[in-house]
Formats: sequence, C-alpha cells, structure tokens
Amino acid sequence: MAYKRQIDRLPIVPKDAKEFNVTCHYCIVGCGYKAYTWPTNKQGGTAADKNKFGADLSKQQPAETANWYAPSMYNIVKQNGEDVHIVIKPDKDCVVNSGLGSVRGARIAEMSYSRQRNTQLQRLTDPMVWRYGQMQPTSWDDALDLVARVTVGVINEMGEDGLFVSAFDHGGAGGGYENTWGTGKLYFGAMKVKNIRIHNRPAYNSEVHATRDMGVGELNNCYEDAELADTIVAVGTNALETQTNYFLNHWVPNLRGASLDKKKAEFGAEPVEQGRIIIVDPRRTVTVNACEVEAGKDRVMHLAINSGSDLALFNAWLTYIADKGWVDKAFIAASTKDFDKAVAANKTSLEEAARITGLTVDQIRQSAEWIAQPKAGGARRRTMFAYEKGLIWGNDNYRTNGALVNVALATGNIGRPGGGCVRMGGHQEGYSRPSDAHVGRPAAYVDRLLIGGKGGVHHIWGCDHYKTTLNAFKFKQAYKKRTDMVKDAMLTAPYGDRPAMVNAILAAIKKGGLFAVDVDIVPTKIGEACHVLLPAATSGEANLTSMNGERRMRLTERYMDPPGQAMPDSLIAARIANHMERVLREQGKAKYADQFKGFDWKTEEDAFMDGYHGHEKGGQFVTYERLRAMGTNGFQEPAVDFKDGKLIGTKRLFADGKFNSKDGKATFMETQWRGLQAPGKEAERKKWPFLINNGRANVVWQNAYLDQDNEFVMDRFPFPFIQMNPQDMAELKLKEGDLVEVYNDNGSTQAIVYPTATAKRKQTFMLFANPNGVQGNVVSPGVNELIIPNYKQTWGAIRKLTDAPEAVRHLSFKSQEFSV
Amino acid sequence: MKRCDAMVDVGRRKFLAGASFAAASAAAATIPITEAKAGPGPARVDYPSNRLANVRDLKVNEPLNVSYPDQDAPGVLLKLGKRVPDGVGPDGDIVGFSTTCPHKGFPLAYNKSDRTLNCPGHYSRFDCEAGGLQVWGQATQNLPQYVLRVDANGDIHAEGVDELLYGRLSNVL
Repeated sequence: MAYKRQIDRLPIVPKDAKEFNVTCHYCIVGCGYKAYTWPTNKQGGTAADKNKFGADLSKQQPAETANWYAPSMYNIVKQNGEDVHIVIKPDKDCVVNSGLGSVRGARIAEMSYSRQRNTQLQRLTDPMVWRYGQMQPTSWDDALDLVARVTVGVINEMGEDGLFVSAFDHGGAGGGYENTWGTGKLYFGAMKVKNIRIHNRPAYNSEVHATRDMGVGELNNCYEDAELADTIVAVGTNALETQTNYFLNHWVPNLRGASLDKKKAEFGAEPVEQGRIIIVDPRRTVTVNACEVEAGKDRVMHLAINSGSDLALFNAWLTYIADKGWVDKAFIAASTKDFDKAVAANKTSLEEAARITGLTVDQIRQSAEWIAQPKAGGARRRTMFAYEKGLIWGNDNYRTNGALVNVALATGNIGRPGGGCVRMGGHQEGYSRPSDAHVGRPAAYVDRLLIGGKGGVHHIWGCDHYKTTLNAFKFKQAYKKRTDMVKDAMLTAPYGDRPAMVNAILAAIKKGGLFAVDVDIVPTKIGEACHVLLPAATSGEANLTSMNGERRMRLTERYMDPPGQAMPDSLIAARIANHMERVLREQGKAKYADQFKGFDWKTEEDAFMDGYHGHEKGGQFVTYERLRAMGTNGFQEPAVDFKDGKLIGTKRLFADGKFNSKDGKATFMETQWRGLQAPGKEAERKKWPFLINNGRANVVWQNAYLDQDNEFVMDRFPFPFIQMNPQDMAELKLKEGDLVEVYNDNGSTQAIVYPTATAKRKQTFMLFANPNGVQGNVVSPGVNELIIPNYKQTWGAIRKLTDAPEAVRHLSFKSQEFSV
Repeated sequence: MKRCDAMVDVGRRKFLAGASFAAASAAAATIPITEAKAGPGPARVDYPSNRLANVRDLKVNEPLNVSYPDQDAPGVLLKLGKRVPDGVGPDGDIVGFSTTCPHKGFPLAYNKSDRTLNCPGHYSRFDCEAGGLQVWGQATQNLPQYVLRVDANGDIHAEGVDELLYGRLSNVL
C-alpha cells in the first residue's frame, strides 16, 4: 500500500503568526518560501479575520491557491527554546517560482528536526568521538581540542600537505556564503591547504573551467531569458526533474506560447513566436515528454546522441552556422577573439558529426537552423543554451563546455535578452573564499592520494565520498582500512588521557593510518569511518545567504533552533581555528599561531560581514538588514548600488559586451573531437554490455542525506532504480522490482529494475548517489586533464540478486511520462 | 485492518493527539477560573458515510465521477478488474480517489490504458492500482484514497479519506 500520512486536518496559521523569508535550501533554483510560526497552544480560525491569509478557510480553496498547505509543509519545532507550530509554504510573490513548490522544497518543514513529531531524528545533536569502540557524545571543547591537537601534530610532521580537506563549495544547505568563507578563511587564509577537494569531485577545481577560461562566467543570464528565447538548447539537463520550478515557471510559458506578450513588449517589431526547444540527451526524459505536451512535437527536437558525443555535435553546429554566415559578425568583431582560428580548428562536417553522434545529417542541420537561421526580416534568432551534468560529468568536459560556448558566442547570444550560455546548476551557489591559487592547476587528485596512503588527517565538511565520488568502491576499501588503524589505536589509550590518546593516534598515522573529522548535519556513510563528528546547523537554523542560477541572492532567516549543540559551519570553522591557535601557542609556535587570528566571530552574521561583505564584488552594499528587506526576491548579483532602500543588482552579465579578461574580450576555443577522453573509458565501453548512464530523480534531493529519513521518499524508492529496456530485461530474465547487481572491473553496486519502454537497448539509467546502492562504485577513476570526473560514460554488466524485496512489492513501475 | 493501520500511523507520528488537538482544547478554555470540561474529543475529523454508487453501476475500467466528502471535492470510483490494495466489493477491485491533484489542485484525468490519474498542470501521475502512489510528480503526498464499504445491497459508501485533500485544511469543511 502506498504510504499515506492519515492526516485529515492541519492547524491554521493565525493572523499574528511570525513570518520569515526562506529560500529553498535544496536545488540551484532557490524557490521563495515563507515560514510562519506560532505558539503551540494557539491556532488560527477559518474566518477571514482569524487567519494569516485573510481568507474564508471554511470553503474549498481553488487550484493554485496561496491559502493551503500540505501536511509536508507543517511541523512543530523549537524556536528560541519554545515549541512552535511551523508552516513553510511556497511564496506566490517570489518571481522565481510564483508560488510553485517542488516535491523536494515542499517538504522543507517535514524535513526539519522535530522531537515532537519524530522527523529527522537522525540529525547530529552533539559532537561525537570514537571512545571505547564506538561513537560517543562529548563537549565542543573536548572534541575540538582533540581535532586541534591531532591536526597540529600532523602538520608538525608532514606540513600542511598532511592535512586533507573535503569541503562543499556551494550555497543552500551545507554551504552558503557564511560557511564557504568560514572554511575558506581557515584552509586558504590561516593555512594554505593544497590537498583539498569539493563535495562531488576528487579535486578542487571548477566544473566549468572552459567557459571561465574563455571569459564567460557560467551564470550569465536571467530566468526570464527562458521566456524570451526563440529557441532553448538544453544539453544534458533534465530540467523538469532537477530544476523543476525554473522549468515549470519560465520554460513552459515560452513553450506554451504564453510569453508572447512579454516578447512583443521586449522586442517591438521583431518577429516572435511560441518557443522551440532542442534537447541533447541520450535518454528520453520526462523533460522531453513535458516539452512535447506543451509545445507540440514539431517544436521539440530530441537529439538522442550516442553517449558522450556532444562535442562533435557542437563543432558541427559551429561549422554549419559559420558556413551559412548565420553568425553575429558585429558582436564577434567587437567582443571576441580567435573566431577564425576556432572555426578552422573545429571544422566538422554534418556527415562526420552524424557518424559520431548517431544522429542523422538532417537532424543536425535542422537543429542548427533552429539555433541560428535568421528570422523573417533578417533578425538574429535568440537562442538560450543551458547545460548541466550530462555535459559537466560527461566525456571531455573541458572541450565540450568550450565547444558549446563557441556556438553561443558565434551567434551573439551572450549578454542579450533571450540568450545566455549557462549551466543549470545543482546546488545554489554561495562561494566566498580567499584565493585558491596555491592549489594549482591541475589540482591535486585528492581521492587518489588518499587511496595511496597520503595525508594524516582528513577534515570533511558536508561531503559523503562513499556515496558521491568516482571509483567509490576502491576508495571505501582503502579509506576504511586507514581509518580503522586509527580506531584500533584509540582503543589502546584511556580516552581521558589526552597526551596518551594523541600519541596513539599520531603513531597510527605514521604507520599509514588516517584520522578523520566529519562536520555534517546527519550521520553519513563516510562518517562511519570517522573518529570525530561535529554537528552542524542547516539553513533556517542559522541565517544563511546564497544565490541561485540567475545570481539571485537572498537571506534565509533563522526560523528555528539547531538540534542540540549544533552550530553553523562558519562558527565551527572559527572554533577549530581558535583551538589550533591555542595549541600552537602552547607548543611555542607563536608566529604560526598568529595566522589563526581573526576568527573571533560570535554569529554567522559576523562571518558574513568578514567574508561576503568585506571581500566579494558589490559586497560592500550588502548586509543582512538590507537582504531581509529585499525579501524572497532579493537582488541579482553583483550588487551595484543601494538606492531608495533597495539593493540594485545586475540582470544579465556581459550586457555591455565586455567579458572577464584583461582586454574584455571573450575567446573562442579550439575544441577538436578526440573520442572518449578519460583513460580506460574506451576499453570499458568495448568490454561491457550495458551503458550505466546515471543521474537524479525528481523526488530525491542530492544523495538523500535527509530523504533517507523521510517516509514519503523512502516508500517510493527504498533502493535506487535502474531503468532498463524491457527486451533487455527479458534476455536477463528480470522482472520489475527485481534487485540486481551492476558490476564491472571498478566495483559493484545494486539497484531495482524499472522497466522503461523508451530506454534504448543496452542503455540503462541508474539513480546516482543513493545510500542503498552507490552508482559511483562502478565509475572508473578516469578523469580529464583538470581532474573532472566522468560519471556518465560508464559501462558494466547486470545480473539478478533476488526477486523484488518486500519494501518494493507495493510500488508502481508504470511509465513516468504524463499521458492522457 | 485498514483502520488499525491508520491508528498505528497516527500514533507513531503523535500528530493529532499530541499537538493540534491539544491546541484546540486549550483555545476553547477561555474563562480562567472555570475548569476546562472539554473531554477527549475525536482525534480525527468525523467523516460522513455517503452512498456513492452501487456495484452494478460500475464497469471495468470505466471511471464513475463522484464527490466526497462533499460536492466541492470531486473524485472517482473505479472497478479495476483485479484485486488491488484497499479494493472493496465482491472482487476486491473497487477503489475511489480524489481527483484533485494534491500538488496545486488541478483536476486529474484518467488514462484508461495504464490506469493512472494524470495532472495536466505539472505532469504528476498516480497509479490507481497501487493505492494512488505517485508514479512521478510534484505532490508531496500520494493520492488521497477513499475508505469504502459495500453493504449487502451492493451500495458503495465512502467513509473516510487517507490524506489531506488539496485546498482545505480540514477534509470535512
């Protein structure tokens, strides 16, 4: 039986409930929400003057009403030590989502820590240390003293290169400007840590190096551009599932023809019509289906390319468009360089691209026309290019990224209304750190160094490599072995004898052991290997600033208390710095200790003022008070002024034709096709029968760190699914829901079979980063020249483990495509 | 059996007993010196028992439009031709669902070919053969399903709903 809450009424938000600005802390889109809280012994009434909405709630409310909330939007939480009712519901006045809530964001309340209603009791409430053979609670001072002494001890022996760090670099939950600054100031300011990586990749690098090297920052347009474009080009992005309300609120109106008035108002006499879309994805997704439903099949082109062949397609587009003369000559001359060089180097015929991509010559030609063929009267076609993990975590990341930006630049589509060449994004952004130049390029391949026995201490911030890294199977084996050495050593000394304990740990490290400190909000899989767990606060339990995919910066206000002793990451970083300074002074290292000054922050706002306000472009205009006043709409970064009580932002980057380079020009890139670039991928493709394509599902956020404790989500997918063509299933004698092993030379993992008629033969799609079946286990260690992983091009075999487990038997395996 | 499950679920979440109902009692006690006389009230709303149809009215895979618990709450009765979760009637194959999408309140459309209810608003779809499980979509609830009873005459009565209906903060207004 499907999971049902058996809730048939909810407390009504009273008129005088407190109201807070909230930005959804999950995906990049950053939908606006409002949190309402009120004392547990009070409630509103159905009469219009008795509730927050001024509505007669004794009547059925219509579709899209702002006067209703689902049980998932309600909870009871602590606020300043008191129990309060809380409702967190989408904000109709936010221009990002206009009141829409996704299946992820509309569960923010239910995904909050509540001892009263038993939600998210998995949250970490106390610092924990490995004591007497298991994790035990302790005080902050005790845990931080141990962390500081071991970290200083390792640095004394190995230098700062002995300290390995894994840290989020994003916004939203487990990130944000306060927290990237806190960690950044510690590791890049006080220290110069080089062996550092980011949450989803094995090095400290940009996922979109190429576009940045070309001078084109990757978040250069605004969401309204999707409403204004003649054509949207979507590459490796399944926007309906992963940037849901951006797609629903800004792409769909264009595809439906509902944004025509907006186009006419913006473009005057220029011919405009209902939007078209080109989707480049080897797999037919629900996004393709929704586009066909809205725009009609004749305005949707799904280019189901051979996995990893995007680059050849983009080079063919550039070649064909240049041959036809459909380029923006004035823009190219004024704002770019190396156009001719790139066109010559990247020359790819339609026929050659067809051979590589598996598309037809006509498909490639027609898609080039949709992108660049001038409109009636010779007007330039406005095309918006959007890409995400299909490209970013796919074959030859650097060149492929550059090849797509080439097409956008050539057609004059950056900095203009209805244009842009943007990544769609995963998390929100929220990066503010001192320079990372010392890390070098390429950056250290941290996972490989850890597997190879390097480093003595590992600080982990909101990352779970066991779920979200490549070569995860081998990583886990090596990591467990090294951290177990330290665990065993810690059992040889009484916990209360600090010098003996630190000596035992350092001795084990000398023998190849690794001491691991995990800062997180919940117990993670890698946390099982760690010796210290430090409990962090998440969005809403502390004030938090981030920006979304159109650089829209908002403040999520603190609306509830963090669980137990949990603190914001910024303050945890500051307290680690304080303790390291103290230990260094104690050891007579005054000069080094002085580097750890400047961490006397008392609040997250102190970290914000020190970091974003003090260091970021336009930051001098931005304060918590001003952001609070800007509500859920905030402003688009960078801020350029504060006028009439409002922060003035920047709607589009590069609108003046000046790019991020010394001479202000964007540079075209030479991006020749070179097959499957990452070492070992071509051999893997030849050896194994199935493509194990992988990615996200609508209902699960990131690696399910909160969803793993949510009945609604775990009822739907207790295991990751793997979509398979029914004929492939028949050959392997598999039924829907069967638990199968997916394996190759890199490792093995598991998933439940989801029959998918639209899946191509021998091409599967597995849910990524799931705690109950880690796709990364079968991903090879092969990376690109800048240590970007290639998760998407993975091949393996499949065999049955067992019939559908009990938790799976009540599920539906019907097509996910809307159809009537 | 159904009701036992429901009570276990309510108890586990300590929902109504622990929070909102207590709040309601407290709000009712407005005269300070008078001892509150409100005894323990019902933990759930009182659902009407409404006759929706007779088993003879239903044909396999032909949706019958109904309303429950009142005229403003559209729904559907379905005879699926195979035994399904919470199915009633002689064949255990009769189910009833709300047809208002629990995401944004759009009316759902029945797809006969795979027996799903589909939302034209944002493409959510619910499986009528799996207790209204959201196959894919935006709602944070599975589809509200009716608690049905078939009497000796074959009359089908709705007597409850297992999730909150869209657009109302109490299933019975």
